[in-house]
Amino acid sequence: MLKFLLEKEFKQIFRNPFIPKLILFMPVMMLLIMPWAANQEIKNIKLSVIDNDHSTYSERLINKTIASGYFTLEDVSSSNSEALKSIESGKADIILEIEPEFENNLVKTGIAEVMISANAVNGTKGGLGSAYLAAIMADFADDINTEWGRNVDKLNNASINIVPHNMYNLYLDYKVFMVPALVVMLLTMIAGFLPALNIVGEKETGTIEQMNVTPVKRIIFILGKLIPYWIIGFVVLSICFILAALIYGIYPVGSILTIYFYASVYILVVSGLGLVISNYSDTMQQAMFVMFFFMLILILLSGLFTPVSSMPEWAQFISKINPLSYFIQVMRSIYLKGSGISELLPQLLALSTFAVVFNGWAVLSYRKSG
Amino acid sequence: MNEIVIKTNNLTKKFGNFTAVDNITFEVDKGEIFGFLGANGAGKTTAMRMLCGLSHPTSGSGEVAGFDISKDQEKIKANIGYMSQKFSLYDDLTVGENMRLFGGIYGMKKSDIKTKTDRILNELGFSAEKNTLVRELPLGWKQKLAFSVSIFHSPKIVFLDEPTGGVDPITRRQFWEMIYEAVNDDITVFVTTHYMDEAEYCDRVSIMVDGRIEALDTPKELKRQTNSQNMDEVFQKFARTATRSAD
Repeated sequence: MLKFLLEKEFKQIFRNPFIPKLILFMPVMMLLIMPWAANQEIKNIKLSVIDNDHSTYSERLINKTIASGYFTLEDVSSSNSEALKSIESGKADIILEIEPEFENNLVKTGIAEVMISANAVNGTKGGLGSAYLAAIMADFADDINTEWGRNVDKLNNASINIVPHNMYNLYLDYKVFMVPALVVMLLTMIAGFLPALNIVGEKETGTIEQMNVTPVKRIIFILGKLIPYWIIGFVVLSICFILAALIYGIYPVGSILTIYFYASVYILVVSGLGLVISNYSDTMQQAMFVMFFFMLILILLSGLFTPVSSMPEWAQFISKINPLSYFIQVMRSIYLKGSGISELLPQLLALSTFAVVFNGWAVLSYRKSG
Repeated sequence: MNEIVIKTNNLTKKFGNFTAVDNITFEVDKGEIFGFLGANGAGKTTAMRMLCGLSHPTSGSGEVAGFDISKDQEKIKANIGYMSQKFSLYDDLTVGENMRLFGGIYGMKKSDIKTKTDRILNELGFSAEKNTLVRELPLGWKQKLAFSVSIFHSPKIVFLDEPTGGVDPITRRQFWEMIYEAVNDDITVFVTTHYMDEAEYCDRVSIMVDGRIEALDTPKELKRQTNSQNMDEVFQKFARTATRSAD
């Protein structure tokens, strides 16, 4: 019986003018564009400089700042109020003000002052920008001390130099971090939305009535709906692997089979959720909006874009009942660290539970008679 | 003969305060063509859906093909065919694929499905359309196909909900020829219709008014009782008493 249902679903999917293209183009577009756009590295911070000194040293300081690569010199203002205007108009993100007697003070007393004011509307940009600038200032001071052969006062300048060593993603390449997450998002969208629209679509065309009057078992019917999306999920995943390798040269450190194994459970989870929503909806529009609602919450609270550890307690709790967050952990661990099933057992347990619950629910909520 | 295949006792369906089907009691014999008449909104489709196991009765009981309509809905489904008022075959599958799908779901063997598909398409004169998508067929053909699919698995009873709605007179006649053939194959036919000439073709008809069965007999007897020339007059006389507005 199942064989005939599967045959029918696949024929319908392939004859659909839209779905095969979606399965093919969505991964391509997402992987081509998103790793570049969904980038949280802060670069090209627009700098407005107020140089009240106009000396060799102030000139050097400005050059050093620009040479760091993080800043672009947007304008040189003559007064603080003028610089504030550039910030207000959005021309500048951060102001570096150099005091009038900068060189004089520096040479005479060894202490000179600069002021950094950052536009913190974009908190990350403001915070990181001023931190970068401060680091550059410190470096500048170091340079001058060395130059003058000044015996650095051990007490005053004793500092612990922290050299971070970034494991697994040595150069903090954002793409390496984002690609596995994008794969998760793609799987979630395709394997979630398509089933959500499927059963309710049959309700709209009326074909479900002809199905409901047959002795087809509910579990067989749901399996007939589930298995095609399971296979589509594998196709999408494979396309993603190939593209990640071809375009970005990103290969999973861990076993590709482990990824397929976890994906096979994860696809069941999202497809099951989609089928449940489909069962409760009367129109495709309704199913679409409900699915959107859940997708947005699941994606934003999953740790896909922002780390779960910096979320408030309640959000962290939600991420614990969010299947997406488990699968993202799995994908990043396997892709970047090369983890195996033994390290990822809790995630396997969680995902399997979700799969059983959602698909059991899908079978039970599919009613053959009202 | 006279084996009873459908039996209901005070069958009732309520939606909130609205009583769609109100205490209907009737029997249908094996091999009969049973006409189920009534104005729009009289409760015909609701009653039929309960008999097909698509809807739970609010109260009362019934048996179809020997199974209880409240408890053994899935067993009933294995023994009946159903053609809904709204065309409900897969229009993105071909004629042959629809037959294969439903034959398969009812557990027919692959070889049986194949021979039967070819035989039926041949009888319908559809052989050339076997690989045509259903959505490309004209309405009359679609209805004939839907009927063929509903009796493809040789059910004991077939339920037809306004099968000839919107179909031209020639196709309607052909359709009724198909119904007679089904009866020859020992299938009991339970049919709703708005065409009173079709009511004349039935062995017995019931007339539903506002959820109740107001009349049930052979067309000949009904005409005699009401002093009418034809079924149309009979229907007018009963339906006029309706208070419920049509949907």
